[in-house]
Amino acid sequence: MAITAKNLDKNEYFYGHKACAGCGGSLAVRAALKVLGEKSAAVLPAGCMSAVGFNFPQLCFGNNAIISMFAGTASMLTGVEAGLRRRGIKDFHAVGFAGDGGTADIGIQALSGAIDRGDDIIYICYDNEAYMNTGIQKSGLTPFGARTTTTPAGKNIRGNIRPKKNMFEIAAAHDIPYAATATIGYINDFMEKVDKASRIKGTKYIHVIAPCPTGWGIPVDATVEAAREIVDCGLWYLAEYENGEFKINRDPGEFTDPAEYLKKQGRFKHLTDEDVDVIIKSRDKKWEKIRREWK
Amino acid sequence: MKRFLSGDEAFAEGIRLACPDVISAYPITPQTVVVERLSEMVEDGSLDSEFIHVESEHSALSCAIGASAAGVRTFTATSSQGLLYMAEGLPYAAGGRFPVVMMNANRATALPWNIYGDQRDSLALLDTGWIQEYAADAQEALDMAVMSYYIAEHRDVSTPFMVNLDGFVLTHTYENVDIPDRERVREFLPPYETENCFDFEHPKNIGFSAGPETNFIFKYKEHRAFERAIHVIKEAERRFGELFGRKYTGLAEEYLTEDADYVIITLGTAAGLCRTIADELRREGVKAGVLRIRYMRPFPNEEIARALKNAKAAAVLEKDISFGNAGTVYVNVAAALQWAGVSTPLYDFVGGLGGKDITHADIRNIYESMGKGAPRVTFMGIGVE
Amino acid sequence: MKPYLREKKSFAFEDIPEDTCFEAGYLVTVNSGWRSRTPQIDNEKCIGCGQCYLYCPDGVIAMDGKTPVIDYDFCKGCGICAKICPKSAIELR
Repeated sequence: MAITAKNLDKNEYFYGHKACAGCGGSLAVRAALKVLGEKSAAVLPAGCMSAVGFNFPQLCFGNNAIISMFAGTASMLTGVEAGLRRRGIKDFHAVGFAGDGGTADIGIQALSGAIDRGDDIIYICYDNEAYMNTGIQKSGLTPFGARTTTTPAGKNIRGNIRPKKNMFEIAAAHDIPYAATATIGYINDFMEKVDKASRIKGTKYIHVIAPCPTGWGIPVDATVEAAREIVDCGLWYLAEYENGEFKINRDPGEFTDPAEYLKKQGRFKHLTDEDVDVIIKSRDKKWEKIRREWK
Repeated sequence: MKRFLSGDEAFAEGIRLACPDVISAYPITPQTVVVERLSEMVEDGSLDSEFIHVESEHSALSCAIGASAAGVRTFTATSSQGLLYMAEGLPYAAGGRFPVVMMNANRATALPWNIYGDQRDSLALLDTGWIQEYAADAQEALDMAVMSYYIAEHRDVSTPFMVNLDGFVLTHTYENVDIPDRERVREFLPPYETENCFDFEHPKNIGFSAGPETNFIFKYKEHRAFERAIHVIKEAERRFGELFGRKYTGLAEEYLTEDADYVIITLGTAAGLCRTIADELRREGVKAGVLRIRYMRPFPNEEIARALKNAKAAAVLEKDISFGNAGTVYVNVAAALQWAGVSTPLYDFVGGLGGKDITHADIRNIYESMGKGAPRVTFMGIGVE
Repeated sequence: MKPYLREKKSFAFEDIPEDTCFEAGYLVTVNSGWRSRTPQIDNEKCIGCGQCYLYCPDGVIAMDGKTPVIDYDFCKGCGICAKICPKSAIELR
């Protein structure tokens, strides 16, 4: 059954937090917990969501939750899952929420280890495309061209010169039981993927685009819009990996103009037409492959 | 039941008795035998634990902390580089008051690479909030595997516990070891119960941040737990003695210190040879004694001050050095004397780094040279003063 | 369980736990001061679709049947609700 505003758990589990207004990451955490419900044990590494949610005595998770070491989201999830299972507790969800840096950079080893062991956990990467908690530094998931405080856009280098690491397919390459991409811009799709993950045994990885108004240089009310546009213009895609197969959930057919998506954001303001061309070419190459090889 | 076991094997036997729910460990020489034996025990069904094949030491401790936060008994083991790799997790486990037990095989730290025993690994991490015990033989290793849980998990303590075994000299040396009866161990060690864990009836937020107003108080309480641990250690040893007939002596173990003029203070296996030579010197008319520090944290300040009060001189023999100062053990012992206003001259002998043998002659030399000249740091046996 | 504001807001020495483990969802401060604009729902225009409820990053909009209700204690005034509303029934003032 599709998740709707009507049948969704009315409880709020991430509430009163101090995330910036319009924070995409907090929407991802909130929505996922509403799907998983009160039997969630959440692990969040040092990062935005833990910084805004766990300041004693202001504790903003209504469910069981813990901060892990930055590199230790997946490994702590493993321990939490094993420990709760040993206590004879059933039907709980060990769920991790780590950012792009915590997942694709410092946490990738522990994540790979957990997938390799087949631990029964849900790992959600909320991707805002840079180290936002420390003030917008480049991560392995910062896209080509983006200006961050460690990839400044100057006369010599125009922002980040490397493309985004492909975490979805890295997770899939472990032959993980379930992996998916999502965006907070299409929240029902994301929540349905979380719901699906919660019914699958073994390791689950969901990669959700979660714009950061502060880091992206967009108005605080534009978060959801940006998270939709990135899919509509083809720079992100909604897909799943299951039973050894990739599946594309949504092919926009005709893309909206990436230049429009990019030019609205402070972090891409400096891009030249040539830069945008590079981005479009790389998008087209990816989609050609997706359309050829994925179902 | 008596068995002929190495230190690593004896420790694994102790863990089988303590029966942690979750074991997460990564292999490293000279700890490896412990994880191999535990894997075999899990395989043959004699140990009902979840053995998790983590991909690094960082994950080993992170996983153990997670399992502890889920409310179960946990174990990990490591050595040297591995201990340093998981170092981030040490104050984490301690600050969260998760009573994880760890065995550390004391080994030199790179560079240069070296797999042999010295104590620079654990002593470099002395300030991370873990109880640190240094075993002197395989029997103590086994007994500490059991007793560590009693102490760490005690409500007054709730602090992680590191048991240190000298690399190779203890981890790989075979001795006759008495293995306590499983039922009696159950009597000694109750199942782990805590409120410092997830609870689906009363959900918890764990491992939070605490700003300047409250952080200080959390840290004070962490410190206070070590003061309480001193009493719990005594209580654990009394109960252990009653049930198993083996006596342990608290934070330190003294040998002929009561009337000693010259005392060596050391850690771990080196104490055995020191005792032999103290006997030898006694026969020659020299009043020699030995104080083995069992616990570096909590530290035996009172025991040390009392044992050295009437000595003419004392020397620390340690397998570590804090570059640019003296050895870490020396600095701690010197502070103990200062607290108590004891002015016995104290010398520092650094030996055994990277597994270099500490010989009979080395120890005789320590006894003979302490008290002569100004207190100083001596690197033994390398031809320099 | 939804986190909520508690009576006891300051913690002295004895009240501070030994460990870093505490009751989930314990709130002592509100977020209303963050707001420079306040969303107002026009119930005439509202069709009760719940989009504002689904997309609020702070979860401060609850659906009372078909009527969205805003918890102004914790609304930060980001305006996502106003933008997402298909009927332009929410205005920031």
